[in-house]
Amino acid sequence: MSALLEVKGLFAGYGGIPALHGLDFSLEEGGVTTLLGANGAGKTTTLRALCGMIHARGDATFAGKRLIGMQTEDIVRLGIAHVPEGRGTFTRMGVEENLQLGAMTRRNGGDIKQDIERVYDHFPRLRQRRMQQAGTLSGGEQQMLAIGRALMLRPRLMLLDEPSFGLAPLVVREMFDILGALNRAEKVSMLLVEQNASLALSLADTAYLLETGRIVTSGPAAQIREDEGVRRSYLGY
Amino acid sequence: MELLGQQILAGIATGAIYACMALAVVMIYQAIDHLNFAQGEMAMFSTFIAFQLMLWGLPYWIAFLLTLAVSFAGGVLIDRVVFKPIHDAPILSHVVVFIALLAILNSTAGFIWDFTVKSFPSPFGSAPLFGSSLISAHQAGMVGVTLLLLVFLFVFFRYTRIGLSMRAAAANPVSARLVGVRVGWMVALGWGMAAAIGAIAGILIAPVVFLEPNMMISILLYGFAGAVLGGLTSPAGAVLGGFLVGIVENLAGTFIPVIGGELKLPIALMLIVAVLVFKPSGLMGRTVVQRV
Repeated sequence: MSALLEVKGLFAGYGGIPALHGLDFSLEEGGVTTLLGANGAGKTTTLRALCGMIHARGDATFAGKRLIGMQTEDIVRLGIAHVPEGRGTFTRMGVEENLQLGAMTRRNGGDIKQDIERVYDHFPRLRQRRMQQAGTLSGGEQQMLAIGRALMLRPRLMLLDEPSFGLAPLVVREMFDILGALNRAEKVSMLLVEQNASLALSLADTAYLLETGRIVTSGPAAQIREDEGVRRSYLGY
Repeated sequence: MELLGQQILAGIATGAIYACMALAVVMIYQAIDHLNFAQGEMAMFSTFIAFQLMLWGLPYWIAFLLTLAVSFAGGVLIDRVVFKPIHDAPILSHVVVFIALLAILNSTAGFIWDFTVKSFPSPFGSAPLFGSSLISAHQAGMVGVTLLLLVFLFVFFRYTRIGLSMRAAAANPVSARLVGVRVGWMVALGWGMAAAIGAIAGILIAPVVFLEPNMMISILLYGFAGAVLGGLTSPAGAVLGGFLVGIVENLAGTFIPVIGGELKLPIALMLIVAVLVFKPSGLMGRTVVQRV
């Protein structure tokens, strides 16, 4: 089986300052791959490069299509949903409008209505707040909304940028349980960026360790978790 | 008391002009986050196009619709050719381009159609409405068209997917792109719609103030005042603001002796300043509520 996402020699940076120095990694259809690393390792940059938000060089193939050089809007249409750092909430719009926006590239109105209900089934808290202005939601609710918005695309691949950021431990646990359920039930592949390594490794099947824009270690998540040296140097526990 | 009522009615009549213009101002502001100083000249130019089409013998409504289409295309073109390339430039660059656009449109119109004052027909006729000398059929028609336009915009932004996309593109371009909204085209669409609304405003205003290249200069100021008063983020607010500016202007001109006819324009400017100092979001503008 060939990989759903295949990245080879990915370079990217900000204003001439390189942040990624040739990443190679891949992601199987239906799998969860996590990129781990400290602040500034290049995790967020990788996600941004993959969906055309910043200029990048190298090769990134998604289901046979070259992503590098494509517009963000077109990459979305391939079925890649990015849950960005900071959640990207449309704060002045209603919760339901946020969800509708997630399905903006789709045409069938009836299906979209059904999918909104499905998102509410995953996140009942959002149903209670469907008419509320999205900016008034709590951090956890906004993260749920961001994931729900991404689901509205019916994505093949979700790029998740620190879904645990700024949330209470209990909420984080709940969030990751839901992500796991989504991965199993909806067969959504996920590329997960996290600072909370133990959490990410509990969800992922494959892990890559980034350090200043390079991959230093990779392997099955279970193996990375058990690796004493990796754990001490990079994961901090 | 009767005088007061009459003056308010007359204020609503002139206010319709400002409301129309304010609506166009808000449209662009929503799309690109800047006040378009060339808005008035764009409207004036559109009106001249309608004038020319009628001169060539086209019936009023055909000329009207054709002008809307041409103006819409012109608005899109201005965005694509002039503003898209400077999208990331600082605000001052935008201001300079707005002013350049203003000067170009103004003198081009003068060059093609010269600066003599021309009369412009009204679709509603100029007879007084119900025998009242304060509001004519044309002015009542303007009020009606402005309100109709507002309802159309409300429905468009509230209930259509493309309207939702446009709002998303304006509110949060990065996130909008991530859900697949073609932000660049949404901005262009905003320009097109603003140009078309401006054309409607110009065509409705021209029978009142007469057609000439400088017809919109003071009206745009009133339009800005209306938009700021009502709130730059709210089309309904802009229309309300436009009417209020018309009413205030008329009442002040009538009841405060020193103001009379000459000092009416400064009232619009004072309104802008007062609103910006005391309620920057305007009467109906949204104050963003956000949890951090």
